[in-house]
Parts: sequence; C-alpha cells; structure tokens
Amino acid sequence: MGAYLLRRLLIAIPSLLGISLILFTVLALAPGDPFGELATNPNVPPKVREALRLKFGLDDPILVRYLHWLTAMLQGDWGFSFASRVNVDELILQRLPTTLFVVGSSQVLALLIAVPVGILAAIRPYSVFDQVANTLAFIGFSLPTFFTGLLFILLFSLTLDWLPFVYQADISATGWRWAWEHVRQAIMPVCVLGFFQAASYTRYVRASVLDVARLDYVTTARAKGLSDGTVTVRHIARNALIPVVTLVALQIPAVFGGAIVTEQIFRIPGIGSLLINAMLANDTPVVMAVTFVFACLVVLFNLVADLLYGWLDPRISYR
Amino acid sequence: MTEHDLRTMIGEVKDGSLSRRGFVRRMLALGLTAPMAGMMLAQNGVAFAANALRDAYKPTKAGGGGPLKLLFWQAATLINPHFAIGTKDQEGSRIFYEPLAAWDADGNLFPILAAEIPSKENGGVAADGRSVTWKLKPNVKWHDGKPFTADDVVFTAEYAANPATAAVTSGSYINVKVEKVDDLTVKLSFKEPTPFWADAFVSSAGMVIPKHIFADYIGDKSRDAPANLAPVGTGPYKFSEFRPGDTLRGVRNPDYHVPNRPFFDSIEMKGGGDAVSAARAVLQTGEYDYAWNMQVEDEILKRLEAEGKGRVTMEYGGNLEFLLLNATDPNVEVDGERASLKTKHPAFSDPAVRKAMNLLVNRAAIQQYIYGRTGRATANVFNGPAPFVSKNTSFAFEPDKAAQILEDAGWKKGGDGIRAKDGKKLKFVFQTSINAPRQKTQAIIKQAAQKAGIEMELKSVPGSVFFSSDVANPDTYPHFYADMEMYTWNMTQADPAVFALQYVSWEAATKANKWQGRNICRMQNPEVDACYRAAQGELDLVKRAALFVKMNDLVVADYVLPLLHRAQVSAINGKLQAPATGWDNSLTFLAEWYKQA
Repeated sequence: MGAYLLRRLLIAIPSLLGISLILFTVLALAPGDPFGELATNPNVPPKVREALRLKFGLDDPILVRYLHWLTAMLQGDWGFSFASRVNVDELILQRLPTTLFVVGSSQVLALLIAVPVGILAAIRPYSVFDQVANTLAFIGFSLPTFFTGLLFILLFSLTLDWLPFVYQADISATGWRWAWEHVRQAIMPVCVLGFFQAASYTRYVRASVLDVARLDYVTTARAKGLSDGTVTVRHIARNALIPVVTLVALQIPAVFGGAIVTEQIFRIPGIGSLLINAMLANDTPVVMAVTFVFACLVVLFNLVADLLYGWLDPRISYR
Repeated sequence: MTEHDLRTMIGEVKDGSLSRRGFVRRMLALGLTAPMAGMMLAQNGVAFAANALRDAYKPTKAGGGGPLKLLFWQAATLINPHFAIGTKDQEGSRIFYEPLAAWDADGNLFPILAAEIPSKENGGVAADGRSVTWKLKPNVKWHDGKPFTADDVVFTAEYAANPATAAVTSGSYINVKVEKVDDLTVKLSFKEPTPFWADAFVSSAGMVIPKHIFADYIGDKSRDAPANLAPVGTGPYKFSEFRPGDTLRGVRNPDYHVPNRPFFDSIEMKGGGDAVSAARAVLQTGEYDYAWNMQVEDEILKRLEAEGKGRVTMEYGGNLEFLLLNATDPNVEVDGERASLKTKHPAFSDPAVRKAMNLLVNRAAIQQYIYGRTGRATANVFNGPAPFVSKNTSFAFEPDKAAQILEDAGWKKGGDGIRAKDGKKLKFVFQTSINAPRQKTQAIIKQAAQKAGIEMELKSVPGSVFFSSDVANPDTYPHFYADMEMYTWNMTQADPAVFALQYVSWEAATKANKWQGRNICRMQNPEVDACYRAAQGELDLVKRAALFVKMNDLVVADYVLPLLHRAQVSAINGKLQAPATGWDNSLTFLAEWYKQA
C-alpha cells in the first residue's frame, strides 16, 4: 500500500501543475480587470490606473505571470488580494471556520436524514413510506438552493420573524447566548444545504441497500432466524454503505469550498462568498488560490476515497 | 445683555457648545427676529450651511445610542482611503478618517478638521488664485491620543503624491505644493491660478492620515503598513475589527472633537448579498438601520416602504446617465485603429441626424416607467450645484418632427423602411452594460427610432467588461466600437472642472493613449475647448459658472444626449436621522447621525 500511495502522490503533482496552468490561463484571458471601478471615477487620473497595472504586473505576458505565481506558491507565498491588499492565506483562514461550521453541519444533517430514511425506504420498497420519501427526495434535489433559500427567508424571517437572514461571523455575546445566536442564524442555511444534500444521499442509500438486500447472504442470515433489525443493521447497512462512504469522501472538498450560492444569499462570510466576490472584482490572486486549494482537495480526497474503498472491501487491491 | 455677553454666546455657537438654534431662540426672547440673529452669526464668521446641519442634531450628550448597523451589499475590502478602489472602500475608511472639509447637500463646504473654510474675507484664499491657506481645528486628537497637526496634513499630500505609493487619490495632490506655516496652518500653492481649490484635503480624496503611523510606509512599502487594516484616524468611531469583504466594526471615540457626538456606542458595517435583500433588512424586517446604494427599481422600494419600518432617501449630486453618439466611424479602420479621430461618423456627422436622435428619446417615459424617484429626466450635462445648471435647454419627445428633420435633410426611406442618403443607411449599434433599467431604456429608444426609420441593433455587455480599463478588450466603454452607447458618469466634486474633461478634444480616448482619455464620444468642438480653457483660469466665480453653462449648452446640442440626473439612494430606519449629501460619500456626516427616541 505504501508504494501505491507514493505512486498516486507522484501522479498528483503533474496533474496539479496542469490544473494550475489551465486555471491561470483562463483567469488571465477572462475579460475585466481589478481596477475597473477606478476607470469610472473621474477624479482618478488614468496614469494611476496604468501605474497600478504595472505595479501588480497585469500587463506582463501570461507565462511570466504564471511562473511568478508558481515560484511564489512553492515557497508558501500565496500572494495578496488586489482588492484588499491583504495576504490571500490570511483571507482564506479568516473565512474557513465559518464555512466548515455551516457546510460541515449541513453534511452531518444530510447524513442524519439520508441514512435512516434511505435504509427504511429500501427495506420496504414501494411502501407508503418509500413513496413519500422518494417524492420528497425528488422535490429536494430538483429545487435549487437559491430558491429554497429565498423561500425560507420569506417564511421564517419575513412572515414569521423567527430567524435573522443576515449571518454574522462574529457575535459579541458570550457563553450560552453566543452559542444560541450562532445556532439561530445557522438554522436556515444549514437546513437549505442539508435538505438538498440529503435528497441525493437518500437516493444513493436506498439504491445501494436495495442491491445488497437481494444478495444470498442476506437471505441466509434471515434463514438463520436473525431478527429483522439485526439483519438490517449488521448485514445489509454495513455493506450497503460502502459506496456511500466514497460519495461522502468525495463531498469533503465541497465542505471546504463552501456553498457559493447559499453563502451569497445569507451573507455568510465563507470561502464561497470570498470566491464569488473575488471573481466579480477580478481579483485574480484570490480566485487562483481558492480554486487551486479546491483542486488540491479534490485530488487528495479522491486518493482518500480509493484508500477507504480498499479498506472497506478487501477484494479491491492496490495496484 | 452686554456686547461681551453677546460675543461670548457667538463664540459658543462657533465652537459648538451652544447650538445655532439655541442662540436664535435666545435672540428671539430679546425681541430680535430670526433672520437678524442669523445674520449676526454670519457676520461673525459662522457660516449658514454648517450650522443648519449641526443644528438638526438633537442629542445632548455623546454615546448612549446603542449600536448603529449599516448594511452594504458591496462590502468594504480595504480601509486605507488613499487605496480605496471603489466607493465602498471610501465609505469604510470614512468611519475612521476625516478630511479638512466636505461638501454638503447644497454644494457648500462644511469644515470638519478645518477651523474654518478659507475665503477671500478671512485671507485664506489668495487674490491671485495661486494659493489657499487652511487653518486647522485645535485640540483634535488621533485615536491613539497623539495630537493632530499640520505635519499630518503635509505628510498626507506627500504620501498620496508619491508615484510609488500608487494612491488612487494622487490626482488631487500631484500638482499642489503643500507647506506647513505653523502647527495649525497649512498653505497650498498651485502652479496656475486655480478657482476650484477645494480638491486636496476635501471629501473622499482628502482624508488625512497620521504621519506618526504611516511615515515608515510611504512609496514601495505602502502595502506593508499595519494601519492599512487597522486604521488610526480622527473620526467619530475608533477601529475595533475588520474582516475584508465582510464586517467592519468600530466603537465610539470618547475624545471626538465635536461636542455631544457621536450618538451611537458602536458601529457595524456588514457586507455582501444583493441590494434588494439589503433594502428588505432595513425596510421590512428592521434588522439593520441603514442600507447603502439601493440600485433597485423604484417599484420594489415603494412596496417595501409601505411596511412603514423605514424610508428611502435620495440625494442628488451630479451623476448623469447619458447617451453618447460616436463622432468617429467605428466600422472603418485607419492605421489599425477603429473609431479613429481621422474618421467621421457617416450619419452623426450630419447635425440633422443628431437633432433627430435627441427628439426620439422619450426621457419622460424613461423616468416615469423605469427610474421612478431615483432619477430625474434632464436636458443638461451639468445638473448641479445650482450655479452651473443651464436654464437655456429643454428636451422633448417628438418622433414626427424628428422624421421631418431627417426627411428635409435628405435621408429618405428605402423599401425596407430604413432611411438612407448617398448609400449610407441609418443603421446603428447601440451598446450599454447589462442592467435591467438600461435594457428597458434601450428598448424604448429603439422603438421610437424604428418608427422614424432608424434601425437599431441593441448590444449589452456585462458590467465587469464594459466598465474595465482593459486595453485589449474591444467591448469596454472607452473603446466605444459602436454608434451609440449609454452609461452613468459620476460627478464626484461639487465643481464641474473634472467632470467636464469628457467633452474636450484633447482628452479623446484613442489607441495612442490606450483608451485612457476621458472624452469617450470623441467629439471635437473648438468652442467647447475654448470654454473649458477659459473656465480653468477664471477666478470670478460668476463668470466661471457662466462659461460652464455655455459649455453645457454646446455639448448637449452636439454628440451628448443627457437622459437622467441620478440620485444616491439609501434605505434608512424610520427613527434614524442621517444627514447626507449627493456630493460626497454617504457616511460624510456620520458624526451627526442619531436616532429619535
């Protein structure tokens, strides 16, 4: 397994380099520049705009800029944001906790819903429960989060006035009040994301359990006189959840990457909103860093998923 | 009451410990009329405008107002005013930093860190127009307790003018010599007589930064200054926390230099989201006290206002939405350059076509059905302050007359219903940025033009591309590779000198100046140029205003079709009193904000 791991990691290096080159080129070719707003301010002399472009190297050839970026990145220097002139790593670290909390909780919520519902639906296929769960799951993942988000705001913030719809990363209260405020403002975004994710997980769990439930060894287990509950938990669920584990592992980068749309709607200061604002402001260093981190996470968790697979199902060997 | 008592009271009004209103009330008790009392103050150097603003302030002590919550759908990303790329950053900086003076709603100067506004009477403005002397307010302290002096003012100019700093405010300082006279006096000298001297140290470009904090971070090292992220200013609130692109917080400055201010104990500026939901958070749920820059259709604002929790305010400065006709030919390439100055537009070079276009724009409908209260239909390019607004112009929507003018000028309708003359057809490409009101306006204009025999192809470019300075992109507004284009140009000073540069011939945007010139329609009118040059050196303010009015009248009869005078729109809590101005940032008078009980 050690050799396999090493080989996979070595393969990851050229693919990450390739990804970064493509990202950089696309960003450099994209229209717009970080000083667009200066262009419409009549008080700013055009010379200043030119000086800034020169200072930030915006007029250098793409390859030169890419090599600059790459050498800096290899030395651990992520560059600084053109828009805020703050180091990019600082910006990302500032926003990571919020993203992990909101998106992480939504993943936990999604699993808490999907696993029991999926299993129950699958062991009694076509029952009323299954039909209802299926319908809800379909509705769940056909409604985009920006729509359910607005719906939640309309219902819980505007009509009922129970929950705030502006998220505060730092709440001045302390102790239990602090915790309660955090939970209160996170309810809507976590539910929006969690329900959406739960819908697709439910479908996966159900399909996977259905596959396993028909296998001979399950019939054998039942024939031995084991109770329904034991068969379901011990024999069916354990094996059926293997593909689900992979799926969840592959979702981890999304946890770090934030939920762009949802963060925008609820004004959550997470990585997703950092990325979208940086894109709108043509703040190349930030976009580059965030997307590159995202790429690294995808590569890493693909590897983790592969390793997990082998560990869960010994028939899969590392070659 | 003796003369001495009276002088003491006037002195109290001057330093702010007695309100102007209080003074007038006492005078009334003595049998004087209010205008007489007001004149008494004016003669003693208490300007009218300044006090009208200060008088509106009711609280009798500083603090106790709880938190002030501001919602900015575009969040501040940096808080050094001299790096402020957009208005949002200027607003964020404005909480902590202050200029010597700022423009009020009527276009008058209001002293902030200055003890008084320089004038000829007080000797501040030199008769030859080559220098201005500012007296600074005494006993002002930086947030760290150090005194504010002339050194800081001189340093701010050095900092901003240093090319290596690449400050966005450098334009206000490169041509000014700033000297310290004494600790509380600063003298500005200009190379040429300068009638408009209130640029350096005034408003958003004029925020003064402390020398003792920034002295080691000038030029190339400017990005490393810790104070770029943790400002130390003189403003009503002290810095407490900043998360770029998200939240900016401050607490009340107990040593603020204006008595009884500020009212709020803390301030929070939250960013992100979109304008409509920001309006909602103020007008519908009341979660926030203030929402900035409501670029929302008036219909929606009216509906939210009906909830009764807050109101929408409009401040008119000089921002102008206009339609430009290209003076050059965008479809011909000369020496590798499209829309070169060596070409003439095949149709718009005929004055009849320009006149007809002007009559085909239904400004009243555009205002009524699209912009509502947030814009006023206008026939002028200069819409304020009052002395610069022309009364000689008017607009009309007369499609029949437009058709007649074209007919008379020899543009006859062909079989396809499009007018043509000498083989040239009236077929135009009309471009603007993607923005719902703009696309609706485009449609209104296209429809009217079609009836008059003009075919119009509508093009809309994403704002981030259209308003960029990218030299290589042909779709930006300064390239203007179309026949017509529409956008808003902001007038950021209460004086038209900088704003008017977009009509003078030497500013034409061309390949040679990498399309950085300000004259986008590339009109070349010697009379306009002459007006501008004369106004630049004219020290008699009345004559100067007349020159700008004349320039306005020449321009609107030429390649520029003004459409709307646009307001700065904000949504505010029903109890909040927030004096504002259209000539400066929304938070200009933040120290004067308070909530009614």
